[in-house]
Amino acid sequence: MSGRSIHGLVLAGGASSRMQRDKAALKYRGKTQLERAVELASRHTGKVFVSVRADQRLDSTRAQRPMIVDSVAGSGPIVGIRSALAAHPEAAWLVLACDLPFLSDAALDTLLRHRDPRRLATAYRSAHDGLPEPLCAIWEPASAAALAEYQAAGGQCPRKFLIRCDARLLDLSDPRALDNVNTPEEYARAVATLDDSAPMQLKIQYYALMREQAGRSEETLETSAATPADLYAELAARYGFTLSREQLKVAVNSEFSDWSRKLAANDAVVFIPPVAGG
Amino acid sequence: MYLRITPTAIDADQARRELQDPESGGYASFEGWVRDHNEGREVTGLEYEAFQELAVKEGDFIVAEALRRFPVKHALCIHRVGLLGLGEMAVWVGVSSAHRGAAFDACRFIIDEVKHRLPIWKKEHYRNGDSGWVNCERCAAEPQHSHPEHRHRVAAPSK
Repeated sequence: MSGRSIHGLVLAGGASSRMQRDKAALKYRGKTQLERAVELASRHTGKVFVSVRADQRLDSTRAQRPMIVDSVAGSGPIVGIRSALAAHPEAAWLVLACDLPFLSDAALDTLLRHRDPRRLATAYRSAHDGLPEPLCAIWEPASAAALAEYQAAGGQCPRKFLIRCDARLLDLSDPRALDNVNTPEEYARAVATLDDSAPMQLKIQYYALMREQAGRSEETLETSAATPADLYAELAARYGFTLSREQLKVAVNSEFSDWSRKLAANDAVVFIPPVAGG
Repeated sequence: MYLRITPTAIDADQARRELQDPESGGYASFEGWVRDHNEGREVTGLEYEAFQELAVKEGDFIVAEALRRFPVKHALCIHRVGLLGLGEMAVWVGVSSAHRGAAFDACRFIIDEVKHRLPIWKKEHYRNGDSGWVNCERCAAEPQHSHPEHRHRVAAPSK
């Protein structure tokens, strides 16, 4: 994976008008959504920046982090994306909105592994309307010129831009992963859902190549990974596993399992690299 | 228990005696040995590691399936783990049956399934001091050989 050449951009310049509170400062499981998004992006990219408007530079939620301040005219997320592309023209950007509390390591892992750097962008299709989701997407360096042209012609909507360009589009394995939170009611529901899936202890055992790469044969872990797929993405980011999830099987409590099975507290999980008995 | 995992040398004679039966007129066995080369490299020894609990469970499924599919009397498989030198027996499969055809077929079926399905791994140690996990290192180094779109069915053979 060419993670080094991708920077993360967390968009935190929105007006949060329907929420009537700053969405970046909303807390889930004790952390602000901005912190959560930055931490998530850091596990998958080289460096993470927060995209802000010029008047947000000193804001307490946003300060103390590497920032990309809007440098092109206009409004909306397209300005943040263009400003990042202009600041580091050689880099591709993993762009994340700041109102996606259900976004998981597994979803980002899949996005990055299916990245097509020859297209202008790699994005998910919305589970609701099938249209591209521009604010959890990889924007390639070449998209800078096309976005400038699009905006010059009066375009403002990054989603419409992605519909017109030849973006690589992927289907979500967890349809909830990109559900966003815009109103106080949606926020209350999201907090309740996330609290139901609070961090729990799991036991992980490692064998063969996985054991060597993890540097241990077992561990007990506090995690909020909901499925084996999430857990693998989390551990692969921590230990730098060289095998991709597609090369593995997984066992939970000594039974082969599906990657999307819901994990329960104290489950014992084993990732099974390609076998070679006999 | 139809499949056993052992850290000590496999006693094939003892295992063979367990399959003897007055109704059986034939017996077929397969022994897998550590050989001195693989894919053009000189091998000096092998190291086997098993996810014991699941390997035994999956191995029992495989042998039970062989007993259902083929008209055989008894079947047993023993897999070694740990460090093995050249020529040592890594795996043994034995089948007894009324007639030889079914014994050969069941024996072949068991060893083929065992190689593909059991969570057992082997690390090759090479003459030059290098070592590597079979089926793991090369695919990791050459990701173009993997198939990101392809998903293995749960509990299905890995190839």
